[in-house]
Amino acid sequence: MALFGSLSERLNHIFSKLTKRGKLTELEIRTAMREVRIALLEADVNIRVAKDFIAAVSEKAVGQEVLQSLNPAQQVIKIVNDELIALMGSGNSKLEVSPKPPTVIMMCGLQGAGKTTMCAKLAVQLKKQGKRPLLVACDIYRPAAIDQLKVVGAKAEAEVFERGTQFPPKTARQGVEYAQKMGFDTVIIDTAGRLHIDEKLMLELEEIKKEVPVTETLLTVDAMTGQDAVNVAETFNARLSITGVILTKLDGDTRGGACLSIKAVTGKPIKFIGVGEKIGDLEPFYPDRMASRILGMGDVLSLIEKAQEAVTEQQMKDMERKMRENSFTLTDYLAQFETLKKMGGAGALMNMLPGAGKLKIKEDDVDEKRLERTKAIILSMTQKERDNPQIINSSRKRRIALGSGTSVQEINALLKQFEQAKELMKRMKGKGRLRLPF
Amino acid sequence: MGIFGKIKNALKKTKDGVALKMRQLFLKNKLGDAFYDELEEILISSDVGVATAEDVVEQVKEEAIGNKVKDEQYVTDLLKDILEDTLNEAPVPEISYPCVIMLVGVNGAGKTTTIGKIANYFVSQKKSVTVAAADTFRAAAIDQLNVWADRAKVRIVKHEEGSDPSAVVFDAVSSAKARNTDVLLIDTAGRLHVKENLMKELSKMDRVVLREYPEAKFYKFLVLDATTGQNAASQARLFNEAVSLDGIVLTKLDGTAKGGFVFSLCGELKIPVVFAGVGEKIDDLVPFDAEEFVEGFF
Repeated sequence: MALFGSLSERLNHIFSKLTKRGKLTELEIRTAMREVRIALLEADVNIRVAKDFIAAVSEKAVGQEVLQSLNPAQQVIKIVNDELIALMGSGNSKLEVSPKPPTVIMMCGLQGAGKTTMCAKLAVQLKKQGKRPLLVACDIYRPAAIDQLKVVGAKAEAEVFERGTQFPPKTARQGVEYAQKMGFDTVIIDTAGRLHIDEKLMLELEEIKKEVPVTETLLTVDAMTGQDAVNVAETFNARLSITGVILTKLDGDTRGGACLSIKAVTGKPIKFIGVGEKIGDLEPFYPDRMASRILGMGDVLSLIEKAQEAVTEQQMKDMERKMRENSFTLTDYLAQFETLKKMGGAGALMNMLPGAGKLKIKEDDVDEKRLERTKAIILSMTQKERDNPQIINSSRKRRIALGSGTSVQEINALLKQFEQAKELMKRMKGKGRLRLPF
Repeated sequence: MGIFGKIKNALKKTKDGVALKMRQLFLKNKLGDAFYDELEEILISSDVGVATAEDVVEQVKEEAIGNKVKDEQYVTDLLKDILEDTLNEAPVPEISYPCVIMLVGVNGAGKTTTIGKIANYFVSQKKSVTVAAADTFRAAAIDQLNVWADRAKVRIVKHEEGSDPSAVVFDAVSSAKARNTDVLLIDTAGRLHVKENLMKELSKMDRVVLREYPEAKFYKFLVLDATTGQNAASQARLFNEAVSLDGIVLTKLDGTAKGGFVFSLCGELKIPVVFAGVGEKIDDLVPFDAEEFVEGFF
């Protein structure tokens, strides 16, 4: 996988030969853009889209002054990054709400894109906003698809409306009628995965749109999709005039260039991204973060935001005070683990760091299960033990081991780790402004 | 339609696209740099990948210049030969019985559907088949496999949703041994290759089969959606690290995407494509044929 490191290194290498600074020349841009093109193609940006993009960016870049704070390579990257963001739209767009309830959302996409799971994720999201969503099962083709919707619907605590293998447009209409009667304000229609060239099934979707007033037609696309993303998006958009796109499976290591292609050919906004298997793993789409990802820069912004969400200002101050006074206890240590978990776990954090993919952080470094065991050990201690770990003698250790289902060795290891962390903080204290490790 | 022609037919939609592009290319260009650049672009637009496309075009160019050819047909044939050779760098394993076939892959690649089709394939070869529902994670995956098992008329071994997949594998192996089943097919939960805990779970299932059924041949196939782009390489690499793959099943070839990434997988990782999924019906799965695949590409 080509990471930003390599694009940036490659650009730096090119520009190292050109010592003079000042304005970017046409030759420099052309050389640099060759590398940018490869980066885009490796990220699965469609070749047509990549070409247009590069032509547009080159034109803008020629003659631009290299800023004092940047070198020419960074300047080029900045221009490319800014243009990518501009192309993918500004800010994230929310779901439209119909003035006359219920708001009807129809999901569509290829097989295996993740529509059924996404229906439940959307339901959870809507419920958080105080809405009452109804899920309508219109995938009558894939075996057990209705069962699957029922199971994920139950997880989302949302009702599922189904009429077995009845003609989907009819089920959709009855579902909307049911929603009106029962006071549901949003209807999410799950449809069967289909090839965009499957005439019969595409007609069926058009039929659903005729039967019920669809507010949002959302195309669900696997983030790992390659060059063909443009054909899929173009066809779905032409047939159904989609209103937005949901990008799924972004918790993998794909750079997700398909999203740029889709945006370029349909002009429709990407509304959400799926980032995990859990029902709450749905996030708004931020073009700036996606741009970094396509270029392989890692999602530093998300990381910062997650840290802000997980740690309040007060917690931060408390922690700083404790570090200053060297009164950091195992209770605080546990709180730090909880924070880490809230931020999506150590693994998720590592994935967001630039270049982390290249480092290939080993499982053992960030083993979620180990964090769980640490938590169990600390929770098996008395308050007194947590505040004064030095009193933990061997008989206490045996008790804690029994209580937490671990071993004395693991408790020793944890205590040692804790002492090391304390030692580290003592050293950090001397360096003026204190910061949390994250 | 017989088995032959199915891959080609499935590829027809792109074939038209690429073939048209090729014809236009020959019409407007002499065999110069612009020609080769465009050739490269055609390959990239079929998900062949930048590095592989450059490599292939370089080979075509060298040979064509060396032999002073200017003939369109000759260049096309040359290109086909090179691509076919690349695919043949990874030989398809000969299946012997009794065997266990475990399908692995990311979410939504088409594993459960493929199990149904492979079961049907072996039944048509007069083999006895058992399927194991070791995707205990995805909602209703077991029900889905059950429907396919009914369609293919094969036995299924299953546990409750949420149970330990390795336990399902263990039971399925015992059952397959007791009944002298020719082919045991194991369906596994979709997992993204970067999730190390889930990959460890897969390795565990792998070990259970190796330990409990050493007398059977054991094949592990990665199911790859033809719509996938360059991430396919990362998937293949990491799944290969976890369970050492014996082959690839390329699914959804009936769309407009052509799975051009297989060239680099065969060429660099030496993992052969074994089966191709070419439609939604139970018999829409065929043994992969490199010649036909390449023929369908242009």
